Amino acid sequence: MSSALESPSLNAQSTNAAPEVARPLLIALAGNPNAGKTTLFNALTGLRQKVANYPGVTVERKEGVWALAPGETPPARLIDLPGLYSLDAASIDEQIARDVITGRIPNLPAPDVIVAVVDATNLERNLYLVTQLLEYGRPIVIALTMVDLARKRNLEIDEQKLAEALGVTIVPVTSVQRVGLEELAVATLKAAKSEAAGAGWCLSPLAEREIAVLIGKDEDSISRHTALRDLYADELPENEWRRDAIRSARERLAESNPDWWQEPLLARYNWIEKVTATSVKSDLSQSLSTTERIDRLLTHKFFGPLILIAVMLLVFQTIFSWANLPMDLIDKGFGRLGEAVGGLMSEGLLRDLLVDGVIAGVGGVVVFLPQILLLFFFISVLEDTGYMARAAFLMDRLMRGVGLHGKAFMPLMSSFACAIPGIMATRTIENPKDRLATIMIAPFMSCSARLPVYTLMIAAFFPGRKLFGFLSVGALLIMAMYLLGIIVAVGVAWVLKHTILKAPTPPLVLELPPYRVPNVLTIFQVMISRAWLFLKRAGTVILAISIILWALATFPRMAKPEEKSASTASLASQTDGSRSTDSTTSKAVDPQGEQLRQSYAGRAGRFLEPVIRPLGFDWKMGVALISSFAARETLVSTLSIIYNVGNDDDAQSDSLVNAVREAKKPDGTPAWTPLVALSMMVFFVLAMQCMSTVAIVRRETNSWRWPLFMVAYMTVLAYIASFITYQGGRLLGFS
Amino acid sequence: MEIVENLPIVHRVNPELFATGGELSLAGLPIGAKARVIAVKGGGAVTRRLMEMGVVPGAPVRVIKAAPLGDPIEIRVRGYHLALRRTEAQTISVVTSDE
Repeated sequence: MSSALESPSLNAQSTNAAPEVARPLLIALAGNPNAGKTTLFNALTGLRQKVANYPGVTVERKEGVWALAPGETPPARLIDLPGLYSLDAASIDEQIARDVITGRIPNLPAPDVIVAVVDATNLERNLYLVTQLLEYGRPIVIALTMVDLARKRNLEIDEQKLAEALGVTIVPVTSVQRVGLEELAVATLKAAKSEAAGAGWCLSPLAEREIAVLIGKDEDSISRHTALRDLYADELPENEWRRDAIRSARERLAESNPDWWQEPLLARYNWIEKVTATSVKSDLSQSLSTTERIDRLLTHKFFGPLILIAVMLLVFQTIFSWANLPMDLIDKGFGRLGEAVGGLMSEGLLRDLLVDGVIAGVGGVVVFLPQILLLFFFISVLEDTGYMARAAFLMDRLMRGVGLHGKAFMPLMSSFACAIPGIMATRTIENPKDRLATIMIAPFMSCSARLPVYTLMIAAFFPGRKLFGFLSVGALLIMAMYLLGIIVAVGVAWVLKHTILKAPTPPLVLELPPYRVPNVLTIFQVMISRAWLFLKRAGTVILAISIILWALATFPRMAKPEEKSASTASLASQTDGSRSTDSTTSKAVDPQGEQLRQSYAGRAGRFLEPVIRPLGFDWKMGVALISSFAARETLVSTLSIIYNVGNDDDAQSDSLVNAVREAKKPDGTPAWTPLVALSMMVFFVLAMQCMSTVAIVRRETNSWRWPLFMVAYMTVLAYIASFITYQGGRLLGFS
Repeated sequence: MEIVENLPIVHRVNPELFATGGELSLAGLPIGAKARVIAVKGGGAVTRRLMEMGVVPGAPVRVIKAAPLGDPIEIRVRGYHLALRRTEAQTISVVTSDE
């Protein structure tokens, strides 16, 4: 396979290529989830693959180059279809797969050959998809995986007999050891030149007659699989005449058999049973499988949930703590880069744009990478081992109470670290409405970026207080904020599922696959592709918003009395330690603070003041709220600038804490009180103060509608909750 | 497709029926019980998906366990494990068997 590493031009044809092949062969790889499809795809293509999305949906389109028989044939394009149980289009995945097979995807012809990946240990159910593929009349080759596992479980498969009964070639493969790959290439090339086998089953005479009528005659005729689909699928075709024909055909069939629609399903399984009866011998007296033994513990009534909590804690703790070091490094790295670029360029708008807008903006995006990589490492390990399905099994009853799927548990838990990877992880939820509902509530989980805000508020107004002598008020408050987020999320999920995302409770028909050792390459690929998706798609939106926010805080330029001070402002925080003593009022004119006050952002803050006054906030806090839309933790650094304590983003820094405590309103009363701080914390729990999340929701829902709706409803909720907190607190006599 | 939703659930745990090997619903089987599917009632996408997954009349099934809160349940069908909710299990008619 060494030549697989060279990059052959797709048009270059060697002389002994099959003459009828004018373009590279197009081969589709289809198979059930957990059948070993991804591993085979990786083995066939190496790393020569690209991942994109099918137009308009978030279904991943993976395509690679399969060398086939190097030197003899040009390499083929290999399309990896999503994992499927059937082609009846219950999910977007199945719809896309059917469109690929029938050649209805723009710029993608129908595949010349379909390689069906069939798990030998789960033959009957895997063959169901094969019977459907056969109906589409495309040449098929079966790649039989997990053969050694089947042997261990005393399953004897007579491949020769099975192949004859099905009418297709069967090639046993072991992808990791690269066994059978060449044979698979030979069989695929042969299949490309031969006739398709077709399906070996038929319906009752009554149903067959209706199908024959629907197929029609001559030039108006349609294929058998289209007729079958029309008759048995949920939706009706466009054509009014055909609709009527199908409706009356269904009525006739229903007269003789109320369960008429089950007929093709039964016919397929009947045929499969007949085929396997002659070719498969299984020893039913098998002992407990390893998977069943592991599940005795992992889905145990008592230990199962405990282990799940332990696993989640581990994931959670790791994302919190391990990601911190690389995140700090990235943060510092971009800080240095900004300083370096700032030092190289002469002072001016362009420098400010580059340093404060572009570099700070890009840095703000890249800083999320460690969390995304780590979370997707865990998610793909949990997914590949088979544990994820167990987590959904254990949590389903609880999640259903809110109208969500058991699979929503993992993304929501992940969102406690960061909503961005959490939202990206909702892709495992098939039903679009359930997925949307999960995305819409994910940002309520208190993420790590809220902690600096909570920390500052608690350090300034509730330091060292104890309840009953031992309970720290600060810890209680943080816990209360987490709980508030969860309670609101549950409420919103309930409301969404009963209004705009109204749908019956999602069904749970979930395979609990055998436990397997995960494949390192697959995990690595998932991590890379998720990270890349995030950088590419979300990054552009975040960059744009960063520049807009920068411009709002920069324009209009204030007249510069001192040239020097502005240029040293960014370094000031490191060199000037004596500042904290007299920085609490605006006596010392800090050019950065003055600039912000005069900017559009500052004006917007003042403009907002009447609106946010009922929440206990003044215009300075308004400016901080606006700038923290970039990211929640920005609140801390903005407050530092506004209160003239320099560009300090340490939430526990004494100077900032003092500045916040001693800030005064124009009338001389304190701007901040414990009640204002509480109101601010409540606002931050509920408000959508994170442009990266907005960008990723835009990307995952493929529209601006949902992210904008999210910002709107979360802001309204945050406003109402803060209003109740502040006004309620005042009524109760707090200040 | 004419979808018959919410069929009346007539099958509950009935020890008498169970003892004689009569017809009852999959949801009514105790943990560890083996049975054979007689009919899959109800309609719609869930029923179709269940049948596509191999839960069709004639298929042997075995109840493996219930989740901690009693729902969903895990069954073994055609050599693999499948989780489904009791609501769905109630639409599956079975007779107990010893195979």
